[in-house]
Amino acid sequence: MKLWRTPFDQAEKATRPAKVLIDKDRCKGCSYCVEFCPRGALVLSDELNPKGYTLAAVADESKCLGCGLCDILCPEFAIHLVLNFTES
Amino acid sequence: MTSSTKVEEYITDSLLRQDRMPHIWCPGCGIGPAVGCFIRAIESSGLDQDKIALISGIGCTGRVAGYVKLDSFHTTHGRALPFAMGLGLGNPELNVVVFSGDGDLIAIGGNHLIHTARRNVDMTVICLNNFNYGMTGGQMGPTTPLNARSNTSPYGNIEYPFNVPYLVAASGATYVARWTMLHARQLEWSIAEALTKPGFSFIEVLGPCPTLYGRMNKMARGMDSLNYYKENSVVRNGADPKDVDLTSDGPIVVGKFVDIERPTFWEQCQLVIDRAQAKKD
Repeated sequence: MKLWRTPFDQAEKATRPAKVLIDKDRCKGCSYCVEFCPRGALVLSDELNPKGYTLAAVADESKCLGCGLCDILCPEFAIHLVLNFTES
Repeated sequence: MTSSTKVEEYITDSLLRQDRMPHIWCPGCGIGPAVGCFIRAIESSGLDQDKIALISGIGCTGRVAGYVKLDSFHTTHGRALPFAMGLGLGNPELNVVVFSGDGDLIAIGGNHLIHTARRNVDMTVICLNNFNYGMTGGQMGPTTPLNARSNTSPYGNIEYPFNVPYLVAASGATYVARWTMLHARQLEWSIAEALTKPGFSFIEVLGPCPTLYGRMNKMARGMDSLNYYKENSVVRNGADPKDVDLTSDGPIVVGKFVDIERPTFWEQCQLVIDRAQAKKD
């Protein structure tokens, strides 16, 4: 998108792509995160967790904007957004 | 790729009892996001976590007291408000929060609700309204909308429900708001505002109950309820609480309806103490 001037709040409104971590033990497959992700970065996978619920999974990490909507709508507290993720 | 890495320092996890997760609420329940908003509101309002006491009654929402890492108490059915009032008067430094469901606060605890609001006791009440008695099997209650079906009204509810914000505002509450679980950001700001405001603050949160209420009303998936909220909710801040009743086909009016100032019960207690001491001297 071409802008004729730099928006004043560009720094604070900038997207912060984040690593989305989904806790397999907690997810119950309600699909809220999948349906409400504005970029369609999440999908319901065929994988089952130990309790037999279908799990939500990250389909395409590069699409994530870091808006955090999946995190705040998750009824199970299963989604964590981590900025500056380092593999440990 | 799904990862099961746990991040202990995460905001919501820092105030949840990790050993009790995953919780017992059904897939798609509205209580979880409301609790998340409450936890983030505590963080954003900058209140001392040691000075917050959370009281719950009985029911699905009553389980919140057992899941948060705050001073909390799980009271008997409907008696969350009297307990919270005593706690707040016994230790006025505490920021007392009541987190309970509609069956607990409005049905069996209805009398306590109107009288706590009338006295303007300093507390924040978050009422999660899922339109039925969830834990006992989906019976109809005083908030079930007219013509909505439930396990004990299979041909449609013939009783008129309470207009909860109107009831509480008429009783004398100083802060009344209603949000759905989908308005998560607004709900978070609203809870933060109510936590820091003295006097009786009441926030009604509409949340889906896909297993019981939703299944009887053609919203068997949690997503159906959320789509219903998305299509029908109208934000009308400052609306007259008289006009915000919920019907099964009308709009869901959400927003902050009442925000006024009145002397709290604790201030009135100080007045009577001063009066009595002046007479003694």
